[in-house]
Amino acid sequence: MAAGILVFAEHHQGKPTRAAWEALAAGQRLAADLGLSLTAVALGVELSPLLAELARTKLDEVIALESPTLEVYTPEGFTSAVFQLIEARQPRLIIFSHTYQARDFAPRLAARRGRALISDCLSYRREGERLILIRPVFQGKFCAETEFVGEPPYFVSFQAGSFREDSVEAGAVPARVTHQAVTLAADTIRTRPGEVFREAKQAVDLSQAKAIVAVGRGIKGPENLELARKLAEALGAELGASRPICDNGWLSMDRQIGSSGQTVAPNLYLALGISGAIQHLVGMKGSRTVVAINKDKEAPIFEVATYGIVGDLFEIVPPLIEEIIKAKSA
Amino acid sequence: MKIAVCLKQVPARDGVLRLNADSTWVREDDVSFEINEPDIYALEEALRLKEKEGGEVVVCTLGPERAAQALKEALAKGADRAIHLHDPAFQNLDAYATARALAAAIRQAAPDLVLTGLQADDDGFAQTGVILAEMLGWAHSTIIMEIQAQERALKAKRELEGGWFQWIEIPLPAVLTIQSGINKPRYATLKGILAAKTKPLQRLGWKELGLDEEALKPRQKITKVFVPPKSGKVEWLEGTPREIAQRLADKLKNEARVI
Repeated sequence: MAAGILVFAEHHQGKPTRAAWEALAAGQRLAADLGLSLTAVALGVELSPLLAELARTKLDEVIALESPTLEVYTPEGFTSAVFQLIEARQPRLIIFSHTYQARDFAPRLAARRGRALISDCLSYRREGERLILIRPVFQGKFCAETEFVGEPPYFVSFQAGSFREDSVEAGAVPARVTHQAVTLAADTIRTRPGEVFREAKQAVDLSQAKAIVAVGRGIKGPENLELARKLAEALGAELGASRPICDNGWLSMDRQIGSSGQTVAPNLYLALGISGAIQHLVGMKGSRTVVAINKDKEAPIFEVATYGIVGDLFEIVPPLIEEIIKAKSA
Repeated sequence: MKIAVCLKQVPARDGVLRLNADSTWVREDDVSFEINEPDIYALEEALRLKEKEGGEVVVCTLGPERAAQALKEALAKGADRAIHLHDPAFQNLDAYATARALAAAIRQAAPDLVLTGLQADDDGFAQTGVILAEMLGWAHSTIIMEIQAQERALKAKRELEGGWFQWIEIPLPAVLTIQSGINKPRYATLKGILAAKTKPLQRLGWKELGLDEEALKPRQKITKVFVPPKSGKVEWLEGTPREIAQRLADKLKNEARVI
């Protein structure tokens, strides 16, 4: 794999996650564009079905780093294991999806190698020998073209949805599967992870809602939620919120929509004073009709909106409630 | 327990940002700055741990002159002392170099625990805390929503995707990156603001930190910042609030057929 690309394939109990396919799609595109070989790596135990699944795609090799120490994710274990592989194989580019797991260990891995991780990228562009990565800054208000300085290896993570999982190409022949031994001293692992769990069952299931009125920072204070509630009532909608509203305790956590909350796809999503940080958009962009009311015309929420209204929600919502009631009864 | 909090001063969230002349960052001369939001939660968590367990809270930032204001605000909220990494050589550092400088300061301060926000709202790397842990050789965990102190260890509740969580036992010393919403941050009191004036605020440059050019050289660089192209097919509704309301109600009924 001299000077190739290494893709980290995240999995959940032996099933590749969507993030794994997206990273692989990115790897296939970059391998073709840069003329590099492509290898995927998975960590854990009893990985055979996963390896076979990955080997059916268009790539050169699938590597399994198998060890009982890697059965449960720890940042120390994953950092050490992938670091050993990088030292042995010397890839030029290492690709991750920007998941919570990658965020937990990829920066540590890159730092151990003394190199940069360009994180949360949306796309890339090649200009001669230059690899230019495009990533959001200032909460998505701007994008930055970012480049590596110095020698490879280079570490990159791509944001969810930057590459499509269904764009992964199948291979003509199954790729070579390599089982690589990893030696991890028992005292490498210092953190002790417990079982994963969900909080006491969610009182509100927004995923089934036909219509949702969601509020963001623009609602300004909890005293103004009544206005949003009245609008939701007029529409027969559930009330949801972006993360800051739930962080502030204005609405309960089970009404939070986004990457750390619920994923919803109603027929109507009406966003009041939500700017549309990516963490929120990933939780609602499957909605059929999106209405956004926001004072900032540049707010990213308008990118996913069907109907956009630039203005003061406190001036627009009261007449809107009246007009909706009128339209429904007409 | 001695706790260090790494915080960053960033442009205020609701401010209007404009690109600088050569489109490599935003104009900083006409924006107001505030403490990065997740870092405010990290500070609050440190103050609560100190109130429960005893000890000291040291706040640390790397930034230009203006960043001292963020430290003063943290002192006013109850931090005991502050370290300002301030040097012309610290301009435009990437996450790796920032973590190198912070690690040098943290080694000198020798805390049991470092808390910092999970990411900065400006560059959004979500890396500095994790790299810092690697440089210190300490254990770490990220996106933490609750901390319980134990003897020479902590239990930390780590947020996973899609509403899942996990408790992690982590030995000290350690670095934790804190998620927004972990607590309800306090406001500074008048008494706190007055007390802050007499609290130590130490300023350190690259020489005092024993850093060299190699440590601070960039490993990644931003070459251009731009407004994202609009790809959406949004239909804008304009007019008086009443006209907009009528148009939207009509669209929702007759075009989208959702009411």
